[in-house]
This record gives sequence, structure tokens and C-alpha cells, in this order.
Amino acid sequence: MTDTTPALQFENLSVAYRVKGVSRPVLAGVSLEIRKGEAYGLVGESGCGKSTAAFAALRYLPRNGAVTAGRILIDGQDIGQMAPPALRQLRRQSVAMVYQDPGKALNPSLTIGRQVQEVFELAGVPRADWAARTVEILAKVQISDPQLVMGRYPHQLSGGMQQRVAIAMAIASNPTLLVLDEPTTGLDATVEAEVLDLIQHLRRELSTAILFISHNLAVIARMCDRVGVLYAGRLVEEAPTAQIFNAPQHPYTAGLLSCLPQAGRSKDQAPLATIPGFLPVPGEVISGCVFAARCAVADDLCRSTEPAFRVADGHASKCHYPERAGALPVVAKAGATLRMAEQAAAILQIENLSKSFGDGDQRQRVLRDIGIELRKGETLGLVGESGSGKTTLARCLLGLLQPDMGSELKFAGEPLAGRTAARTRDQVKSIQIVFQNPDSALNRSHTVRRMLERTISLLVGLKGAAREARVQALTQGVRLTERHLASMPRQLSGGLKQRVAIARAFASDPQVLICDEPTSALDVSVQAAILNLLADLQAETQVSYILISHDLGVVRYLSDRIAVMYLGQVLEIGPAETVFSGPHHPYTAALLSSAPAIGDEGAERVKLVGALPTTAQRPTGCVFHTRCPQSIPGLCGSKAPPQIVLEAGHVIECHLPADALPVRG
Amino acid sequence: MNTQTAAAGWRGDLRRLSRSASFDIGVVIVLFWVACALFGPHLVPYDPFADDLLNSLMPPSFAHWFGTDQLGRDVFSRVIVGARDILTVAPIATVLSTILGTALGLTMGYFGGVIDEALSRIVDAVLALPTVIVALLALTALGTSNITVMVVIAFSFAPVIARTVRSAVLAERGFDYVAAAELRRENTFYILFIEILPNVLPPILVEATVRLGYAIFTVATLSFIGFGIQPPSPDWGLSISSNYGLIGGGFWWTVVFDGAAIASLIIGINLIADGIEGLRHD
Amino acid sequence: MPGNVGRAMLGPFADQAAVDVLNHEMGTDRPVLVQYADWISGFVTGDMGMSYAYRSPVAPFLGTALLNSAKLAAVAFVLVVPLGIFGGVIAALYRGRPTDRILSVVGLSATVVPEFVSGILLILIFGVWLRWFPISATWADGAGPLTQLYHLILPAIPLVLILFGYIARMARAGMIEALDADYTRTAVLKGLSYPQVIWRHVLRNALLPTISVIATQTVYLIGGLVVIEILFHYQGIGSLIYTAAKKKDFPMLQAGVMSIGALFALTTLLADLLYARLNPRIRFGGQE
Repeated sequence: MTDTTPALQFENLSVAYRVKGVSRPVLAGVSLEIRKGEAYGLVGESGCGKSTAAFAALRYLPRNGAVTAGRILIDGQDIGQMAPPALRQLRRQSVAMVYQDPGKALNPSLTIGRQVQEVFELAGVPRADWAARTVEILAKVQISDPQLVMGRYPHQLSGGMQQRVAIAMAIASNPTLLVLDEPTTGLDATVEAEVLDLIQHLRRELSTAILFISHNLAVIARMCDRVGVLYAGRLVEEAPTAQIFNAPQHPYTAGLLSCLPQAGRSKDQAPLATIPGFLPVPGEVISGCVFAARCAVADDLCRSTEPAFRVADGHASKCHYPERAGALPVVAKAGATLRMAEQAAAILQIENLSKSFGDGDQRQRVLRDIGIELRKGETLGLVGESGSGKTTLARCLLGLLQPDMGSELKFAGEPLAGRTAARTRDQVKSIQIVFQNPDSALNRSHTVRRMLERTISLLVGLKGAAREARVQALTQGVRLTERHLASMPRQLSGGLKQRVAIARAFASDPQVLICDEPTSALDVSVQAAILNLLADLQAETQVSYILISHDLGVVRYLSDRIAVMYLGQVLEIGPAETVFSGPHHPYTAALLSSAPAIGDEGAERVKLVGALPTTAQRPTGCVFHTRCPQSIPGLCGSKAPPQIVLEAGHVIECHLPADALPVRG
Repeated sequence: MNTQTAAAGWRGDLRRLSRSASFDIGVVIVLFWVACALFGPHLVPYDPFADDLLNSLMPPSFAHWFGTDQLGRDVFSRVIVGARDILTVAPIATVLSTILGTALGLTMGYFGGVIDEALSRIVDAVLALPTVIVALLALTALGTSNITVMVVIAFSFAPVIARTVRSAVLAERGFDYVAAAELRRENTFYILFIEILPNVLPPILVEATVRLGYAIFTVATLSFIGFGIQPPSPDWGLSISSNYGLIGGGFWWTVVFDGAAIASLIIGINLIADGIEGLRHD
Repeated sequence: MPGNVGRAMLGPFADQAAVDVLNHEMGTDRPVLVQYADWISGFVTGDMGMSYAYRSPVAPFLGTALLNSAKLAAVAFVLVVPLGIFGGVIAALYRGRPTDRILSVVGLSATVVPEFVSGILLILIFGVWLRWFPISATWADGAGPLTQLYHLILPAIPLVLILFGYIARMARAGMIEALDADYTRTAVLKGLSYPQVIWRHVLRNALLPTISVIATQTVYLIGGLVVIEILFHYQGIGSLIYTAAKKKDFPMLQAGVMSIGALFALTTLLADLLYARLNPRIRFGGQE
């Protein structure tokens, strides 16, 4: 390439928001460069300023936001100096953006065709060519029937399709810079994988530079050439992707990486690393290194002097001791306990569990003939895309939903009634849940103490001093302090709130605890602490977990066994490691290969065909045959598959012969 | 970020409210009329009920700031004391309708299903008719008195409040803390009044304030058409009703001050409601 | 108990025997429920009964009154709908600035002041002092449409004031939601000019919810008609109901109230249909 002008340059960029008359810095002195055609990833946890950086690149800050120092250059032009017409011209031709939640990014009352062709109109394409160009660009983002889609409204398309349309609009003008802000967050794993594939494919075709913003390290690792790590509005490290992930030179980056549950690690071996403490409050005056308060290797120098951004061999780090980052102390679990879940007795038995909603034509079977056994002290992971019925299953087990007639639930050998109200107190206290979102699960007008006390009184029947003792024990158990008991939920951070929810769930000493996406609302560093806590509590109390998560790393770390669900049916169940390694169900193979994992970038992906059917139009025969890459014509579509027992406790519902089942390559 | 929001409680809300000029103006106006209603009879220069036919229909002067009416009564004294009846009837009616509407809304929102369906029909039916018409119908059948006016307003406003509460409860119903309460076998009363109610209080408060404005609007209107507060009260609507025939003759002061009184009181209350509403959406 | 209809009609000094005879003739000496059942069964078959006060069928009175009120309401609507929407849109575009604050407070104040207060003020200023408009809305027989309109402007203004605040508020809220929406951001980042963004992407989505509000406001409008029609001596549905209530003319009262209910149902239905027509999410159902 002869043109060496960077596509995007941040020169010492600072951005601040005015909140209630006070200026709060969000970005502080960020400098970076994205070369033409390069894909640059910006990672960081929530509140680090990455979205602000994305919008600043298009000079689109909220009304209370402003660039307080520094410059932003696109293709060498300072966009801060541009008059409105020039800025519009820039947005029409040189920069484009795709963001999270494509359903909202498209105008609900205009057809897709009208919205896409607007881009050509703005680019000055003759009117007669709009339609043809629209078809062409939609085909480019792999929409199979562009003519049809052009006549549709956004709400008539699936999330994946909507995002393809948004991408089509963004690349239509062949921009110099494409900003992608969490473009796949909120999409299902298989859809996310397809969209990421598409972006990679387009990169090869177009010369566009990409600024890729994500909280997901694995996605960044897969998509980007170089990576910058943001912490509290500062760029703390920057390097080529491989170097960042293999040899991080900032303790924060190193910490983030070791927080992630990764392949081959499970709760039995070692707890996850965590990053103690909290992000500094925006506007807080920090004299030394911004990360010093949370850093395991910080010393007095770090606390007093802000480190410079030092570059060596293309690897830059804002740390006094970059070489120490790799030598972070690793906590090993004392005397890792080997679990013996296989021999343990069943605590919860689920047989023929079905659940339907609606009547007549509207009737939808969300769960169909589920049969699962949960053993004492084990963790059963439940995976599957949205709409697979995981949460409905959880609600049936808890008695919040009444299962269909003929469903059978047994707890400790005794039949379990469908609704909470019809269960004995013992049964109710024994099966509890940690909900996904603590903001929803904790009553915002009650104190933490009140929530715990009420649960203890009602379910355990303790009063007075005995109750107080139990409150104290629970508080300590989840590593909260006395001070937190008097707090309202809004006074606590996300991680602390989830600890409160866990304490409440453990208040009645449950034997089965359902964890419904317990960490999906949390940042990775907080997630690690919560997962460690759950593992510790299980070791102490021998509670059984049903763990629902879309994050396969989390499931793999905590689970002893895994059940894979699709459209309300269990397609595969077995020991965690064998389900991961295979042979497994073709759907499991697709699901596993679509989740990006660090160190797994080059792996071949199992691609699914077609879109996820709904339970209203459940396919005949094998439910998965409409999307299965290994579907056997004439058989899978007509006949329900048999159960293949690969080994004791590893069961797969599939027509394929056992030796044709996919294995993780 | 969490530590900042933590500082904001009721006290913080009040402090932020008092910084809004329109809210402050609303409070001042309303407090003024409340003071008039409470202490007016002791403060006014003339007996608001005393006829003085020799001095009837006098224009405003030093002796009579707002002039006199047909019977020679002092308009200023009547306007001040006129706050009494309306500031009794309207707030009581509002409190009654808020209690009724909240109970109804909690029931509809929490239980849903057939109960909600049935109650919603009734609510819709009441809402299909303008309050003034409903009141006319009911007051014709029941006879007019301050009590019946209160009851009629309470019943015709309750559905609006019920609808607001219902939708707020439906939103709360979707939160997992309600499921968590069910999972510790909490009784329905506790779930409704201790778990859900505190979280839906802000919208109820706004709605009740807005309703108070409407209650005053409705009482004044009913009094104006002869179905509300009855003579010899110096009520504003009533005074306008008995004097507006005179404006053709240029006796504007017999109606203008009463009108200004009604307008200021209702605007004041709505400025307060607007302030609280704005706070919720910040 | 609906009171003594015969007594109300004949006055306090009439002979009791005459009152009894009248009550018996009209059937008003029967139990209330029987009277009501009788009336309702008549109503559903299109017979609205006989007026007690006029001793003639209700229907013709009702027809004239509804037509007159419709004229008044139409004048008010034609004035207020564009005005309210315009006010709301302007307030939203200048959100948080003085223009917005002034529009909001003025709109709020206009909306909450009772019609009889603003009506009397208007009569005083434009009728009595300036003499620009007649103070009675009733025109001479055979008056042309322009004369009728001239008579209706002053009575329509209090209704306009009442509705302006509602419509402006709703339009403002809709606009602000649309302005803050992600799709508006998409439009801006495409490089559309500000007027293009507003015109193509914001307005349509913003004003949809306002349509249903306008429809439900017809009810409040009719409530206001009672007062306005009394104040301006106009023979519409409001004054018909008022007179019937004063005279305890129950068949007339019930017929008037029922027709208002029916009118409300009709406008709500029309608004729903229009809303569905304009909103693709309803028109085309869900995802396929």
C-alpha cells in the first residue's frame, strides 16, 4: 500500500460528559492509529469509555459530551474542524457505523429497500440505479433473496438478518473506516458466528479499516489485527493481537485474560483469577497509575507517578513494570477435590416434562418430553440458543409455571407438585434460584437485611437471635460485610447485588439451586469472583446446581454434566468433558464451534443452514433436521431419532451411526 | 456511579425539585390558597355573606378591592373564603379515588386473567364517558350535596388511577423479585402491599396530583352548572355562575377574580405534578 | 331514586292528583329497574322513547343537537390538531431550551383551566369590550356557512385551549422518543441533513401515538361542550343533556349519554384502524 495516511487517528483525545453541571472525563489522553485496511480492536469492561471512543470517531457525541482535548483525524482530516456540510459528506462517504441491537437501528416504519437505497441516494448514484445497487449490496451481505427482503419491514426480519441489513448500509459507500460497536452482542451464538464470518469475508473483499469495539476478548481475538485495551478512559496497552493474548504487558490485560474461564479448566482444578476492587469513579483525581489500586504488582512508584505509554517492538504498555504482568500470582486451589457425582444419588428427577402455552392453533409446545436426572452435589449445565426452553424448564422446576399433564417431577424420591403453592415447605426451600439480573431479582425498595430476614423467617422459621446468626453467616458466606446489610440494591454494584441474590438463594439451605445466567449481566472480572463463589459454596454445602448459560466457557468451568437443548428438547446429555470433546450431536458441534474462544481462532466452523424455527412450527422427525449439516434425506425429516448411548450417561438423540457423529477437531 | 445515586433519597429528590422554578411557583400558589381556606374567614375585611344592597355592583375601589356583587357583598372577601369548599371537596374526592383506584389497579395487575378482564371492562365503560356527563347523570339521580359530589368524583376518577396503577404493576410483575417472593411462599397481601406497592408509589403520586387538579376542575365546573357546591357558599364556580349574566353590562369584576382564583389554583397544582413527573424521567 | 318526574315537570304548586296522573301516563310511577329495562329494550331496537319534558319522541331532538355539536367540535379540531402537533414538534426540537419550557408551561396552563373560565374571559374581551365576535353561538335561521363559522369561533377557542396542551404534550413526547431512537442516529450517521432526518425518519414514528390520543380526547371535548354550550347559548348535545338533567327528563338524558358513549366507541375504533393502517408492525404482523 502506498497511501500511509492512517484511516483513523486519535491524538491525545480526551472526552468529557457534563452531568448535573459537573464535567466527568470519560476518555483521557487516548492516542491510537488505525492503518488503512487494518482491523483494530478496542476492549474493556463496561464504563471504560469504548463506546464513547466509537462515537467520537464519527463526531457523534451525546448532547452533554464534548472533546476537551486532542484531535480526531479521519484519512488525515481533522473532523473537529469540519463544518456541518463537510461532516455530512464525511459520513456519507468515509465513515460508517454498525452498533448493537439492530432491531432498533433500523427505522420501523420504512421498508428495508427504502432505508438501504437512501445510502445510494446520498452518495449521488443516479435514481435509476438505486434498486439494482440495493439488490447488489444486500446480496453482498449474503441475504439470499434481496428482492423479497427489500419489501419487508425491519420487524419482519430476524436479528441476524437485521444486522446484515445494517452492515449492508454501512459498507454500501465503501467507507475508509467502519466502526463496529458490539455488533454481535445480544445475538445467539450461531447467529453471532455467522455475522462475524460475514464481517471477515467482507474484510477480504473491501479495503475498509475497522474499529471493532467489544467487551468480549474472544471476539476481538478472532476479528482483529491489533488490539487496544481501555481502562478507566485510558489506553493501557496496545499490541498485535497474538502478543496481547500470549504475552500481555499490562497487569490489567493479564488479569482480564486469567479471569476468563478457558478450555480445559474446571472448578475442580483451580479457582479463576479475579481483579479485586472497583473501577475508579469518573472524575476521581488519580495521581499515579489509574490501575494501581487494583494491581497485584503495584508499588509506591505506581501509586505516585503516572506511567508513560512505552512502546517496544510494536507492543505498547502504560505500566512501570510491563515485564511483571506475566508473573501475576496465580491462586491454586488447596488440595483440589475430585468429585464423585456419578455415584451420588439422584436428588431431582424430571420425566416427560412438557410445557405448552396458548390454546388451539396458537398452542406452542415450549418444552417437549424432557427427561433429566440431577444428582446430589453435581452441576448440570444447560445450553442452547434463545428459544430452546432453558428458562421455561427452570420455572417449571421452581413451580412458577405449571407443567402440562403427564409431566412427572420428583424431589428426593417424592412427587413434586406443579405449583409452588402446592408443594411442602421443605420442597420449596430446597429448590431455589439465582436469577440472571439482580436488578430485577432484588426489590429496589427493600434493604439487603430485610430480604435475607424475610426469607429465613418464612422458609426456615428462625426468629430473633437465631435468625440474626443466620443472616451473619450468609453475609460472610458470600463475602459481604455488615455494612452491606443496611444498603438498598441501588447502592451496590452489579457484582455485590448478585452476591446478595446468592445469599438470599442460600438462606433456606437449598439442595437444588438453579442459576439462570448468573453472570451474564456482569463484567468478566466480576464474573470470575461470582463463579468462584458458586464453586466454593457447592464444595461446602453439597448443593446441586442447574446452570443455565449461553457462555460455554462458564458452563464448562462449573459443570459436571451438560444437557444440550434445542426447541424445547434435550438433544444430548453427558459428562461435561465428553460433550465438549465429542463425539457429540451435530447441533452440539455447531454450537461449540460458533462460540469464539481465545486460542481457537483458526478452527473450522460447523455452519448451520437456515434460520431457527419457532416452537409453533416445530419440524417433524428430528427437530434439528432443517438446519443439520449432516441430515439424512428421507429419514431425519420423517422419523424421530433414536437415543444413542455412547457410554454410561452420555446419550445423544440422532439418526447418525455412532462413528459418524462429529468430534471436536 | 452507584455511590452517587445512593445519596439520592427522598431528601435528595426534594432538593432537586425545589431547584425547579415552576415547581416552586406551584407550591407557593397552592400554599396560598390552602392558607386562605384555613384562615380566610378570620382575615377578610368583610363578612363574605353579608348583603349591602346600597353598595351593590360597585367597581373595585379602596374600600372594596375587588368591588361588590349584586347583593353588595365584598368580592375580595368572597374570593378568599371561596377556597374553602372546593379545597375540602376536591382533595377528599381525590384521596378516595386514589385509594380505590390503587386497590383496583393492584388487583387487576397482579392477578390478571379473568379478574383483570372483568374489571377492565368496567373501567373502560366508565372511561368512555366524560366525567362531567357521568357526574350530571349521577347527581341528577342521587341529588346534589357536597358528599355526593365527592363520591361521584371518587368513583369516576378511580378507573383512571386504576389504569395507571395496573400498567405499573404489570411492569413490576415481570420483575424477578415477585417470583422470588412467591418462591418463599409469601402471602398475597405482603406481595401486593409490601413488595410491589412501594415501587409503584411514584407514578401513583404523580397521577394523584394530576387528579387533584382535575377534581378541582370538575368541582368548579359542576358548581358553575349548578350541580356542585350549593348557595350560599362563596365558591368560585358558583359565584361565576350567578354573575356571568352581568358581564354584558360591564360588571367584569364579579367574575374575573373568581376565574383567576380557579385558574391559579389548578395551574399551581399542575406545576407541582409536572415537577414530580419531570423528576421521575430524569 | 330519580326523584319525582311529574312533580319536576308540573312544578311545586301543581295538584298532587295531576302529578300522579302524569306519572302514571308516562310510566314513571313504576319501579326504576322496570323503567330502565323498558327503556333499554326500546333503545336497542332504535326506539329512544318519549321525552318527559316535551312529550314527544327523543330522536329528532338528539339528531339536531348532535349535528350542532359536531359543527362546533369540527371547528375546534380543525384549529387544534395542527396547532397542537406543531407546538409539540417545536418544543421537542428545542428540548430543554426556553422555547420548550415556555411552550410546555403555556400548554399545561391552557389545558387545565376550566372552559367556563376561559370562555367568560373570551366573551368579556372579544365579545363585550372589542365586539369582534357575537357572544351567542346561535345564529339566525337560514344563516350561511360563513356566518355559522363566525358564530362558532369564539366558543371553539376554549375547547382549543383545553386540547392544545394534551396534543402538544403527546406530540412532544413522541418526537423526543423518536429523536433519541437508534434509527434516528442511523439516519444522522448516514449523512442525511437535519431536515431530512426529521422529515423522513422522525416525524412518522413520532406522530403515530398522537393519533390515538387525539381520538380519546373527543370524550373530554364532549364534556367541555356541556359548559361551552350553556355559556354561549348553543343548542348542542351538551346543553341537551344539561337541560334534560335539570328537568329530570330521563329518556332524553339517557339517550344523550348513550349516544356519547356510542360516539366514543366509534372514534376509538376509527383511530385504531387508522393507527393500524399507518403502522407496519400491526399491518404486517410478526416475523416470518
